Amino acid sequence: MMSSILPLKHPPGTLAETPGALPQGWSAARLRRRLAERAIETLLMLAALVSVFTTAAIVAILVWESVVFFRTVPLLDFLTDTQWTPLFDDAHFGIIALLSGTLTTTIVALLVAVPLGTILAIYLSEFAPFRVREVAKPFLELLGGIPTIVYGYFALLFVTPVLQKIYPELPGFNMLSAGLVMGIMIIPYVSSLSEDAMRAVPMHMREASYAMGATRLQTAVFVVTPAALSGLASSYILGISRAVGETMVVAIAAGMQPNFSFNPTEPAATITAYIVQVALGDLPHGSIGYQTIFAAGLTLLLITLVFNILGHFLRKRFREAY
Amino acid sequence: MIPKSIGASSSESGVAEMRRLIARHKTWDWLFGLLGTLALLFATLVFAALFGQMLINGTPQLSWEFFTSFPSRRAASAGILSAWVGTILVMLVTAVVAVPLGIGAGIYLEEYARKNLLTDIIEINVTNLAGVPSIIYGLLALGLFVYQFGLGQSIAAAGLTLALLILPVVIVATREAIRTIPQNIREGAYACGSSKWQVVSHHIIPYSLPGIMTGVIIGLARAIGETAPIITIGALTFIAFLPPSPFSNPEQLISFEWLLAPFTVMPIQMFNWISRPEEAFQANAAAAGLVLLVMTLSMNALAIWIRYHFRKKIKW
Repeated sequence: MMSSILPLKHPPGTLAETPGALPQGWSAARLRRRLAERAIETLLMLAALVSVFTTAAIVAILVWESVVFFRTVPLLDFLTDTQWTPLFDDAHFGIIALLSGTLTTTIVALLVAVPLGTILAIYLSEFAPFRVREVAKPFLELLGGIPTIVYGYFALLFVTPVLQKIYPELPGFNMLSAGLVMGIMIIPYVSSLSEDAMRAVPMHMREASYAMGATRLQTAVFVVTPAALSGLASSYILGISRAVGETMVVAIAAGMQPNFSFNPTEPAATITAYIVQVALGDLPHGSIGYQTIFAAGLTLLLITLVFNILGHFLRKRFREAY
Repeated sequence: MIPKSIGASSSESGVAEMRRLIARHKTWDWLFGLLGTLALLFATLVFAALFGQMLINGTPQLSWEFFTSFPSRRAASAGILSAWVGTILVMLVTAVVAVPLGIGAGIYLEEYARKNLLTDIIEINVTNLAGVPSIIYGLLALGLFVYQFGLGQSIAAAGLTLALLILPVVIVATREAIRTIPQNIREGAYACGSSKWQVVSHHIIPYSLPGIMTGVIIGLARAIGETAPIITIGALTFIAFLPPSPFSNPEQLISFEWLLAPFTVMPIQMFNWISRPEEAFQANAAAAGLVLLVMTLSMNALAIWIRYHFRKKIKW
């Protein structure tokens, strides 16, 4: 239809071979280069689009399998039942039993990571001598690069035995040691994002504060921290999102038994630990047990998505503030 | 008379009061400095404990045989041969897929993309993907690569999964490296008659290479230690053999049979040993953890070194 309205005399590719049809002043070489340029741009765009396809594929797979799952299990049962026993004869599908584990370990982790991460960020950005900072920052980065399975080993075979010396009744698998180690694991994450936010506060605000006779601590607490607050908040929220999605530490150290409890000294499974547990077994493709991990995964994705969007929004705010 | 005496005494006590105030504030300052140092010390101690415990438990296991033996039912003779070979092969697939895609996407977003809806969508996507938990990538791979594409629990499936996982890391590193290149470099090249791709390939890519390398290495270091997505695709099996060698088939120069072979990787092998009830396997886990730790930490250290080294060297 289009060609009848707009006669396309030179379909792309034929032009280079028919020099007579070239626009004025165009050599064949120039045209070939133009086409190559277009091809390269298209290739690069396709590379960029892979990320969009990935997201689409993640959402499609999780939703697709979850829809099948929710045909068998009513959404209301999924959200209100307090037992999660999908592989038993008496099957219950209460995601709350997994959410409680996720929530408890995340809170324990935050109780470690937020104070320590913030103190480190304030110290490194406002107090530490140049040399200390030059060594401490790469060191913290290295800590963030340790594989999570190594942290899991550390939680199970070092932290739990140490905690058992203090509190002998603690079971071998417990949410406390998993949460503590997870907290240590996300300290570098929180501290580096918080420090970036504090560094973004312009120097003249500090100088004004010093000129008024404020000390370093007063400047840090009453001037820099409030100015960087949205950045700090975003680092905590992204820390939450990391803790919620963390898998190996909880799978190894917290046990894999779903348990509706908020007591950190008990063993429990998180959403992620459950997915690992099912993947370890040999569930047939298409069974209800197979679909549960996609429903659990969808729940996990939604939770982290909320926190990521919130964190992203807050981070954008502190970037634009000055 | 009266005002003078009052004035003198009040100013004297005022100065003393102020001195006390300043001293108190200085103490608080000092205390916070101490707190910060203690926090750093705590982080160092944790690292020392983590490393030390692995060193104590794992060193007796570390021997030449540990690297050249297959996993075994007997802890003492079990090794990591299939695990480290698997890790290298999976990383090869990951790097081959993630590096060109990540760099290409980064270049497109920085140099080519127009400010429009599509670009916004891609950018939001990349930020979002960086925050998706790794186990979700495992579920994606299970549904897509393992069952839809029929790759099974193979090296190719694992490599592709980890490639998607580290793609945002490579893209962000590429973009940040490109952003530090001043505009006048581009303008100079255009003024000499360069096309866009000539500007990119002759100037942008070479100048941003240290930054891109840093991102690639950090991404690969992360991929080496990733356990959850690989477990999710169902690759936790007893592997006591190596994938077929690429040079095994005499009819082809290089065969790609190994891509579809079952495999195990270092973190999976370590997880396998941790979850054994027998105490003896914990030593194997520690030894494997030690090797894994040395691998990832040296890669991270290399990345940090590249960044610091080139940041000092490049002056625009």
